[in-house]
Amino acid sequence: MNEDRGRGPAVGVSNAILRFGLREAGVAVALALIVIFFSLTAPYFATPENFLKIFVQIGINTVLASGMTFVILTGGIDLSVGSVLALCTVVGALIMTNANLPFAVSIPLALLGCMGVGSLCGFVNGFIVEQWKVPSFIVTLGMLNVASGAARVLSNNATITGLPQPFIDFGNLIVFGVFPSIFLVAIGVILIGWFVLRFTVFGRFIYAIGTNEEAVRLSGHNPRTYKIAAFVISGLTAGVAAMVYLLRLNVGSPIAGIGYELNAIAAVIIGGTSLAGGKGSIVGTLVGACIIQVLSTGLQLFGVGDNVKPIVIGTVIVLAVVLDAYRDRFLRVIESR
Amino acid sequence: MDNPILTLTGVGKRFPGVVALRGISLEVGRGEGHVLLGENGAGKSTLINLLGGVYAADDGAITFDGKPYRPRTPTDAFRAGIRVVHQELSMLMQMTVAENLMFERLPQRRGVVDYRETNRRAAQLLEEVGLDVRPTTQVARLGVAQMQLIEIAKTLVFESKLLILDEPTATLTAKEVDRLFAILRRLKARGVTIVYISHRLQEIGEIGDRVTVLRDGQLVATRDLAGLTTAEIVRMMVGRTVTDERAFHADVAVSGEALRVVGLKRNALAPEVSFSVGKGEIVGVAGLVGSGRTETARAIFGADPKVAGEIHVDGARVAIESPRDAVQSGLCLMTEDRKGQGLLLGMSCAQNITITDLAKISRNGLLDRAGERAAATRLVADLRIKTPSIDQIVRNFSGGNQQKVVIAKWLFRGSKVLLCDEPTRGIDVGAREEIYELLWTLAAEGRGVLFISSDLPELMAVCHRILVFANGRIVGEVGRAEFDQHRILSMAYEEHGRE
Repeated sequence: MNEDRGRGPAVGVSNAILRFGLREAGVAVALALIVIFFSLTAPYFATPENFLKIFVQIGINTVLASGMTFVILTGGIDLSVGSVLALCTVVGALIMTNANLPFAVSIPLALLGCMGVGSLCGFVNGFIVEQWKVPSFIVTLGMLNVASGAARVLSNNATITGLPQPFIDFGNLIVFGVFPSIFLVAIGVILIGWFVLRFTVFGRFIYAIGTNEEAVRLSGHNPRTYKIAAFVISGLTAGVAAMVYLLRLNVGSPIAGIGYELNAIAAVIIGGTSLAGGKGSIVGTLVGACIIQVLSTGLQLFGVGDNVKPIVIGTVIVLAVVLDAYRDRFLRVIESR
Repeated sequence: MDNPILTLTGVGKRFPGVVALRGISLEVGRGEGHVLLGENGAGKSTLINLLGGVYAADDGAITFDGKPYRPRTPTDAFRAGIRVVHQELSMLMQMTVAENLMFERLPQRRGVVDYRETNRRAAQLLEEVGLDVRPTTQVARLGVAQMQLIEIAKTLVFESKLLILDEPTATLTAKEVDRLFAILRRLKARGVTIVYISHRLQEIGEIGDRVTVLRDGQLVATRDLAGLTTAEIVRMMVGRTVTDERAFHADVAVSGEALRVVGLKRNALAPEVSFSVGKGEIVGVAGLVGSGRTETARAIFGADPKVAGEIHVDGARVAIESPRDAVQSGLCLMTEDRKGQGLLLGMSCAQNITITDLAKISRNGLLDRAGERAAATRLVADLRIKTPSIDQIVRNFSGGNQQKVVIAKWLFRGSKVLLCDEPTRGIDVGAREEIYELLWTLAAEGRGVLFISSDLPELMAVCHRILVFANGRIVGEVGRAEFDQHRILSMAYEEHGRE
């Protein structure tokens, strides 16, 4: 391990390729294998209509999971995103159904409202975690309940319908006959997240804090700010995901999003991000979200019922983490050669 | 010796880059009180960790109680009858005294814990060691001294034959120390053999029959304690002398003060510390582990709180409340725990170097990767960090190269005052020389260096001046002309015993 003399530069280059590529490559290969498997075996799986459906269905989870990736990379967790999404669907729907506002105003306002409320919830999470050093698991579990209650109060426990027609039309739009608008929104969020994590100083801090927070502190920085910001981002994407939800289902509902946080976490983990923080990527998260949805759809077409599906998906989540441990060991062996 | 309980023959242990123990041959008699002495890093801890089953020996053989002894885990040691009480206590804080005492052998009735029996037996043990606490008291409510005595009382539960104590009195008051010795004497009377590590030379006669001195991983001598003076013991511990001083740059070329610390108090009870480091000067800090060297450096750097004191950098007073303030004032801290606190182990060499000052390689919050690579490449070349590429993960670097990465990251930041805590720990000899050279160069360029080390010959080879710490205070200052191992060690040890 400690012997680093006598290694040629060529080894270094191949190491770098492996290190940056292998983490995502493994998951991508898994996705490809699953797609091929279902294409060959499940009826109707390999049809344009089916892929279109999958593209629409991964939208909400992909957006939620991209923000979740930031929090998990710093070593935290956010259990509140499902409820925050519900609260935001109510807020967004209430704004858009306000009769006094023309849709050209109300739609952007709803987006801002969702993002604002989501960010605020995220800030409260992050602030409490950092100020009182409470585990994020507990704080966001509390927020899960608070946001859910707030959604019920605000909506009077009723679903909100009657969104502006242009908004509904946009939700049904399929660009070039291939890309649903919802999918494009999700890809946009992923691209922004990828850019931030990879090319900004902020992104570098997210990885560094997840790797060794104390070293970052002793290097003369205040990790607090960045960790709070990660929670704000998670809340923000929950707000955006709420707009995606409204685009897709056209209904604001206080009982939306139940269990979504677990799907988002599953996508991040299957995508190869370590729960301990510091390792992973948002591209992996996208692939993770795809794996979950493809499995779900494929099993459905196979005729596997809704009762059996969770068994398979649950197994895949655990399997992904077990394989991740092996992958880490494998990567370490390669690096130290 | 007739029928020794423990025999070591040519025992050795290596760690990557370091030989921790070499050719240790030693006999400990039944019922003996055997004291292990040696400076920090002499190999005492490694030795007890070999006996306690934490590490496996690379060479040699150990015989315990007439049988070959090769423990693979602490449990093996335990079953064989060896009990090690480490400095860091491992208590089950939320459980009761009785549960802690009996944990490995809780009395049961059909799988259910018999608490009446547990408490009854615990009360017996507590009485036997003369510890006045109730068996049902929660351990978290006890003081450190009482916890330590409970650890020792566990010896009786398992009828251990050999009890190893690593600096048990480091945190105890005089009265508690008396109590401890009374208990140890009682154990000895029952035939328990005791191996005892301590830095307090005054107290070892209380319990010890013989003493073994280690130095640089080798056994210097084993002697009867009776008639041995403190001066003789210190002479045995004083190690090698570094004769090669060719590289030393004696003259301080730059004038002015890099760092001045006035009346620094870590907490209300801690003593005040004042000193200064000149530009171009390397000031050594000697002292035993726990003498307050690391703590003082961390307090200056703002890593731990302080209650009073002024810090001046480059002649101007600065307010330091956090590492962030310290770094902005031009200070840097190279921690003794390089891997745990200094490095981003899972990240690349370049990323580790630039983390101290990302503003330098970014514009409007966007990383300038080319700039980062250029800066990292330059520092890797300047410091001769051996790596095939700046993209290598630093986890795989050797200790010496990791330390160079730590130095590089502070050079990247442009720090003017370097607080180095054990910068050569775990680094092989060749790389050490390079680190010394580097520190001399950095000092000669006008930086001030505070060099904390437990390796006295190293301090004497590298520094212009040495401050001696004991009990949280500076107890002496020695200029280069008066460097003398014996004198410095005596200061550190003698003050250590007094409280």
